[in-house]
Amino acid sequence: MSLHCRNSLLAFALVALLAGCNREERNSRGKPLAETAPGMVTPDTILPGNARPSAPDPRAAQYENNAPSISQGQTLFAQMNCSGCHSHGGGGMGPALMDAKWRYGGRMDQIVASIAEGRPNGMPAWRGKLTEQQMWQIAAYVRTLSGQERKDAVSARADEMSNTPPQTQIEREPIESAESGQQ
Amino acid sequence: MTRLAHRLIALPLGFLSACAGNQNAMGGQGLESANFIVLFLVFLAVCAVMYLLVLAGLGIALRRRRDAGQANSVDEDRHEETSARTKVALIVWTGLVTVGLTILTVASFFSDRSNASSTRRSGLALTITGNQWWWNVQYDTSDPSASVRTANEIHLPVNVPVHVTLKSNDVIHSFWVPNLAGKQDLIPGRQTDIELLPRRTGVFHGQCAEFCGVQHTRMALDVIVEPLDDFRRWYAQQLATAPAPTTRLQMAGYRYFVTRECSSCHNVAGSPAGGQIGPDLTHVASRRSIGAGTLPLNRGNLYGWIADPQSHKPGSRMPTIPMEPRDLHSLVAYIETLK
Repeated sequence: MSLHCRNSLLAFALVALLAGCNREERNSRGKPLAETAPGMVTPDTILPGNARPSAPDPRAAQYENNAPSISQGQTLFAQMNCSGCHSHGGGGMGPALMDAKWRYGGRMDQIVASIAEGRPNGMPAWRGKLTEQQMWQIAAYVRTLSGQERKDAVSARADEMSNTPPQTQIEREPIESAESGQQ
Repeated sequence: MTRLAHRLIALPLGFLSACAGNQNAMGGQGLESANFIVLFLVFLAVCAVMYLLVLAGLGIALRRRRDAGQANSVDEDRHEETSARTKVALIVWTGLVTVGLTILTVASFFSDRSNASSTRRSGLALTITGNQWWWNVQYDTSDPSASVRTANEIHLPVNVPVHVTLKSNDVIHSFWVPNLAGKQDLIPGRQTDIELLPRRTGVFHGQCAEFCGVQHTRMALDVIVEPLDDFRRWYAQQLATAPAPTTRLQMAGYRYFVTRECSSCHNVAGSPAGGQIGPDLTHVASRRSIGAGTLPLNRGNLYGWIADPQSHKPGSRMPTIPMEPRDLHSLVAYIETLK
């Protein structure tokens, strides 16, 4: 009886280990879905805040809390010089990415839309310069800056000197949308 | 019986075939590699002689022990005679060990000196930067406008000492062209160096020799050692900007290249595409391979690589860009002009 008990405990422990697997799931090519940014909104629909009520994009789940995607996003964040305006999340010419304020929404698909379409007052549009997959990866990384992603999926090491705490130490910020008109 | 003997002889000779070719530590086409071969053969000879002597000594000891066991009694005189002989043997043995070790030390000393001698007169300097998973190559000159940037392929003039500065952009890699020299690590945040002195012309294969991620195996580079005149011609051609596209198809490919994802990472000198993140493509069509040695460069492989790099090199930093067939067609036509 105790042997049976031990066996089932062992089986349970092994199954529990599987829960950690999706953290490392690699999907190097991306899903061959229609190549459209979420919603494919045109510039005249840009509204500050969470105005656009839409169902969360199913692709977000592939990239969120996924260690390879987040670290790819981290590399791209540096390579595409996002820190030129956003610093390492603290903000400079561009808004800070590590606080609770999201002018155009803090969901994965909203961040991807901001990257793809660009935003007024300086954010360039990256559609056609980065692939959809790369934008999703950057979005996943951007969310780690305010502690939205799971701590076991984020990179423990920053790629460059940084004045912000390591991502594994960042407290999770609530996602608030800035009031419209406020800059 | 003779056939079996032939086979037994042929078997170890078959292993030697692994030593042939353009990625071979026993090639000896570079100064360091040639010195290494001499050193290796000296070590092999000295160690082989000592090994055979030890085995012979062991055989004699086993035989004597058996003879003594059969005699059943130890003769006092014979014992003294034996111990005198053992003394002589031990003295000779000590002498042999001393001589052997001295030969090895002296050989290793001169080999090191010979390797170091090439560093005093460097004729060519280049910086190789490791990236996941390709090599960035920059020929350093005092005049920046005369400096060539390329990737995954280096050309070296024969009999000219080369100083290679090694850097890394991400993780530790290791630069290894076995035909020319030993390995040297590329360490992020640091600078390491290696001296090469190619002695014979040829096309050699280099390989990353430190595990650096999922595509470590497909991080290779081609090394072409050629006469000085050929090298100068190649260098002048690499220094030129890319030719302008001429046909309508090439023009379309050019437009796609400079306006879309390609130009975010790749540089083509003489065009608006100026990305520094990926390999420089100014003269990509003059190289031997694509994807850091992943595929030989030809039209079919170019189509395959651009259409879906992730199936040839999964995890590569070059993303699969979904594109229309006509875009792919024109892009390949344009890239083929980048000679």
